[in-house]
Amino acid sequence: MTDLPVLTLSGITKTFPGVKALSDVSLSLFPGQVTALVGENGAGKSTLVKVLTGIYQPDMGKILIDGAPVIFASAIAASEHGITAIHQETVLFDELSVAENIFIGHAPCTRRGLIDWKTLNSKARDLLARIGADIDPNTPLKELGIANKHLVAIARALSVDARVVVMDEPTAALSHKEIQELYDLVDRLKAEGKAILFISHKFDEVFRLADRFTVFRDGKMVGEGKIEDTNSDALVQLMVGREVSQIFPNRTSVIGDPVLTVAGYDHPTEFADIGFTLNKGEILGFYGLVGSGRSEVMQALFGVTKPTRGVMRIGGKIVIIRTPAEAIQHGIVYVPEDRGAQGAVAGLPIFQNVTLPSLVRTSRKGFIRLAKEFALAREYTTRMDLRAASLNQDVANLSGGNQQKVVIAKWLATQPKVIIMDEPTKGIDVGSKAAVHSFMAELVAQGLSIIMVSSEIPEIIGMSDRVIVMREGRLVDELARKDITAEALIRAAAGIEEVTS
Amino acid sequence: MSLQDDIKTRIIPDRLNSRLSGYLKSWESLLVAVAVAVFIINSLSSPYFLDAWNLSDATFNFTEKGLIALAMALVIISGEIDLSVAGIIALASTAMGYALQFDVGTVGLVAIGLSVGALCGLFNGVLVTVMGLPSIVATIGTMSLFRGLSFVVLGDKAFNGYPTSFAFFGQGYVFWVITFELVLFAAMAVLFGILLSKTNFGRTIYAIGNNPTAALFSGIRVDRVKMILFLLTGLMSGLAAVCLTSRLGSTRPSIATGWELEIITMVVLGGINILGGSGTIVGVVLAALVIGMVTFGFGLLNIPGIVMSIFIGLLLILVIALPIVYRRVRKG
Repeated sequence: MTDLPVLTLSGITKTFPGVKALSDVSLSLFPGQVTALVGENGAGKSTLVKVLTGIYQPDMGKILIDGAPVIFASAIAASEHGITAIHQETVLFDELSVAENIFIGHAPCTRRGLIDWKTLNSKARDLLARIGADIDPNTPLKELGIANKHLVAIARALSVDARVVVMDEPTAALSHKEIQELYDLVDRLKAEGKAILFISHKFDEVFRLADRFTVFRDGKMVGEGKIEDTNSDALVQLMVGREVSQIFPNRTSVIGDPVLTVAGYDHPTEFADIGFTLNKGEILGFYGLVGSGRSEVMQALFGVTKPTRGVMRIGGKIVIIRTPAEAIQHGIVYVPEDRGAQGAVAGLPIFQNVTLPSLVRTSRKGFIRLAKEFALAREYTTRMDLRAASLNQDVANLSGGNQQKVVIAKWLATQPKVIIMDEPTKGIDVGSKAAVHSFMAELVAQGLSIIMVSSEIPEIIGMSDRVIVMREGRLVDELARKDITAEALIRAAAGIEEVTS
Repeated sequence: MSLQDDIKTRIIPDRLNSRLSGYLKSWESLLVAVAVAVFIINSLSSPYFLDAWNLSDATFNFTEKGLIALAMALVIISGEIDLSVAGIIALASTAMGYALQFDVGTVGLVAIGLSVGALCGLFNGVLVTVMGLPSIVATIGTMSLFRGLSFVVLGDKAFNGYPTSFAFFGQGYVFWVITFELVLFAAMAVLFGILLSKTNFGRTIYAIGNNPTAALFSGIRVDRVKMILFLLTGLMSGLAAVCLTSRLGSTRPSIATGWELEIITMVVLGGINILGGSGTIVGVVLAALVIGMVTFGFGLLNIPGIVMSIFIGLLLILVIALPIVYRRVRKG
């Protein structure tokens, strides 16, 4: 092929406080070709999309269009250069019509500066017809399903005459039939000569659609090439093949009797037929792709969302948990993934955060006893090795890692039996990470049981006694400690058949 | 630097600053200064200000509104709002007036006023917690609903002829110039102050106001707390209705019109964050005093009512802006 790339990234580096999200990344996109971008959660794919669409500015490196360097100062600048993105969750306006959504920001106007509705609607109709979408441009967007919203987003991409289309996991929320239609559309865009960057976790669609591939790992580009020269095994190798940079605590697990048994948990949209057992002194890992329903299952166990069916037993006895308060009474606590929204109460001091679920114990007849509160908070924050100026400090002023320690301290103070940890070390610094890990080891040694939801493969491998893998709201695999390998996890989570023959 | 050594040697103090320095820098001490300033300006500008009986009369400017402001403060700290309080007064007062024709005694009237208030509050609570409506919308609705019901019953008529003993609540004196209402307000202020700052319930109100989701995830029964707060606000509105009806000796559907905004002004001036999560009852009480004295001072100087309402409007804007500027300065 003699085609020159439409768009080239070279040496792109983007650093956030404490994390190097992208490090010296290069990527070329060619007209009429689909380039698949694959990598684990947190490999830097989303950051790359944001650099491409002008939402983030890279710290270093160049973006070239047709060989000429450009700078995307804003999202508008990127779209003026013909780059458009279709996000996993489409960013559109529910209350506006389909046609308005397509032309928002560049609607055709009459001479008097008013919107030319006739042209707007007819142009929208043409665009929708071009991508084979059977949608009336006058329909309010909110009446469309996700698949049709994607089509509107694509029509919008075409309306600005985009040359580069970035698709960030566009099939994540689509049904089987809708996915087929999306594939046809991608083929059509290809035929029109668009350069497409297709981000996906699903290997079947990568091999169905892509001409080229690029693999990211830990913010670095670790491999690229033509899709016909590779296979799923090679890609998995590239995605995983990391040097183990983290050290996990050494521990010998002493696993006892079942503590928590769940059977037949169903939810109308998020998960189905969830059943598993958690034993005393065990760390049970839950692995899966983002959106596989892990957090939803955990929140159902904790009484936040309600399953439609299912039985929970704690120590053999059937319990019914309808609220987090009841879950806490039964000794189940939940360290949420979204620390800011669900974990720490910013605005309250550290000690009040710690004692919040334990107020009954620190008070007398409903009246607060500050000395007891400080004592309890001191005991557990010290165990967590918290770094803070004082216990009266607003928890909002702590670093992410220290906030997480406060949240964990809060739960330990309730003396739970089961701790559910949802992405316990997401977005926290390496030092705090190690502290959280060694603490988890200490807790199970004392006879607690931990369910650890994690998208980080090293963490799953380093910490779990057993792993359950979820895909699309179902349990698809269970691995004993000796069988936990990165390959097995990725295969199960992405639904790749074991290579036979 | 070994982690283990660090754990043994490092101790996190409970507090960095003494509590005293916290008090001195607080919004409440600023309010004390304002209150003193208003007091001095008033006594210099009018010879009638420093008179025990005049001052006693002046307390009516804030006691009834203050009763509701105490409960409103809790609602606003929890991140909600109740705009229907004046409507509740109208309905509760109308219910008491309606009961007069059945020869209900003073005790019965008070019971009716309080229970109508509590029921209205409960209704608001159901709309917000069970139906999941935003409280600002729900209580704008019930604000018109409650007063509308009062209009339906009364039209352009009025209820008169409350029993003599009923007059005590709004007109009676406990000791010398000290009115029953002032004593009631003081007692309620102490109760609400203790409830908010010294009990688990008060702590959960702050937690909910700062982060309702994290509060729920910490095992707090958020909906139940909010329900109780709306009920309490309804009950306090009923209590205010008893006092106001007793003081006026009659009920018209226009009773207490516009009070909800004056009460919210009082709460916000008291340093309660309108977005929820912080503030104290001490602040609200001080704000009630300040507003009461300013109103009284304007009255003594014969400043017309419209100027008063312009002043209240400006005060509201100023009061919302000031804490924001104040916090920014303190942080910066």
